[in-house]
Amino acid sequence: MNPSELSLTEALRQMQKGELSSRELVQASLERIAAYEPQIHAFLHLAGPSALEQADQADARRRAGDASPLLGLPIAVKDVLTVEGMPCTCGSKILEGYLPPFTATAVKRLQQAGAIVLGKTNTDEFAMGSSTENSAYGVTHNPWDTSRVPGGSSGGSAAAVAARFVPAALGSDTGGSVRQPASFCGVTGLKPTYGRASRYGLVAYGSSLDVVGAFGRSAADVAAVFSAYNGYDPLDASSQNLAAAQIALQTESKPRLDGVKVGVPREYFIAGIQPEVEKAVRASIQTLQSLGAELREVSLPHTEFALPVYYLIAPAEASANLARFDGIRYGPRAEAESMWEVFYRTRGEKFGEEVKRRIMLGTYALSAGYYDAYYGQAQKVRALIRRDFEQVFEEVDLIASPVAPTTAFGIGAHGDDPLAMYLEDVFTLPANLAGVPGISLPCGFDSDGLPIGLQLMGRRFAEADLLRAAHAFQQTTDFHLPVPGLGLG
Amino acid sequence: MSLTQQEVLHIAKLARLSLTPEEVERYRAQLSAILEHVAQLQRLDTSAVAPLTSMGAESRLRPDEPRPGLPPATLLNLSAQQQDKQFRIPPVFEP
Repeated sequence: MNPSELSLTEALRQMQKGELSSRELVQASLERIAAYEPQIHAFLHLAGPSALEQADQADARRRAGDASPLLGLPIAVKDVLTVEGMPCTCGSKILEGYLPPFTATAVKRLQQAGAIVLGKTNTDEFAMGSSTENSAYGVTHNPWDTSRVPGGSSGGSAAAVAARFVPAALGSDTGGSVRQPASFCGVTGLKPTYGRASRYGLVAYGSSLDVVGAFGRSAADVAAVFSAYNGYDPLDASSQNLAAAQIALQTESKPRLDGVKVGVPREYFIAGIQPEVEKAVRASIQTLQSLGAELREVSLPHTEFALPVYYLIAPAEASANLARFDGIRYGPRAEAESMWEVFYRTRGEKFGEEVKRRIMLGTYALSAGYYDAYYGQAQKVRALIRRDFEQVFEEVDLIASPVAPTTAFGIGAHGDDPLAMYLEDVFTLPANLAGVPGISLPCGFDSDGLPIGLQLMGRRFAEADLLRAAHAFQQTTDFHLPVPGLGLG
Repeated sequence: MSLTQQEVLHIAKLARLSLTPEEVERYRAQLSAILEHVAQLQRLDTSAVAPLTSMGAESRLRPDEPRPGLPPATLLNLSAQQQDKQFRIPPVFEP
């Protein structure tokens, strides 16, 4: 078997046993990227030869007895997280050429665990989008059907894992940006609890929503990555001072879910959902029951308000966070006679359409005379949404739902209609607003052969519950195993 | 909820964005539609609800101790224009 086809867990096992070297694994990844990246465009930057040098160092360390958990493992990192020595564009022209002088804590922890960063992956500009079409550097193509989007905003990371370019990747999730592309690309994606992992080095979009998430081909693979990067960081005041979660899932076992109460929220099975998606998700919920889980219908009555709440709070926070991009301290600068003109022109010319739209929406929602009616009211309804979750989690351990209303849509399908695009996130936004963790895992395919995702959400800081349930599901199903065709038929 | 072009220009000024005339009209139409959608929040009576303003448990303070940071030259080198160990910018005030 070509090493690029190995799962993270299997690759690490073979390296530990001396059957595979990191050089062979990294070489196989680079060869696969060279062959298929032209069809997919998952990467904005590739490390190249330095990755092979790091692989040789990892092999030497292993021979010397180093047993770091991810030693020699190639990974990819969404281009909104900084890696010292690699460009960080956030998919935007306003950061073209920016070389960050520091590494994000989540990435640094993976490197300390032995992982090798192969490259930076494509994203909707500043993580604003659901299709990766908003990148200033071209769209990423879905490995299952290259005429379709990979989802977004972490579409490059999801596509890179689906295409077997890397066994795992980091992304960020503000409103669904890990879970929705994981669903569209047929991989497993975890959005941890708000505050579970450090965001130092994650370029801020919506500060009360952003989390660093992980992609892998299975819950076991995601658990290994998540265990290595989560935990408190004094450099991020929003990271909670808890012991880091360490979750190991045994791939030989057939775990059951006896005693686990799973809530099925009626508000997540609505008109407009693709029938094949609903069918596959309902069937997979039955699978959870067959593993011993107890099903209960539950209600999250304020679900319909999550979209308007999100599209006030996230743009409001973005309008403040993106004020720092003004052409003065980093990034390109438009030439002008006065400093004010530098600001207007640099931002007007270098930000893309969606980013400017959200900055203006947020600026309006925060402006004098409109603050209470828009931002203030959104904060109140957000409290109601969080209370919905708190009440349901008194009754059940997990909530099961679709990740997205549809499978991957065609590139350009939402054209000039931002609201239609925003509706893609209707099932993923609530977890961010409530701050609870969520996971997306493959649970079927539609008649076009496109992957369908099941979402599980859990109590705050209960990532272990999500990963164990997802693992139990994957140990009895094989929806996460097929390899996409990469546009070659 | 329908924005005027003047309102769009006012928002763009607050947000420090130069817009082309085509952008002003496109954003006027799109932002109007989005604001119409989010206006459904006004339906809810939230007079008894406290706004959610913090996701964490409570604010925590850390000791205010000096610690090493990145060297000034490293940071200045990221700038498009610099001079004499400072950022170089056009005039802030009219001469």
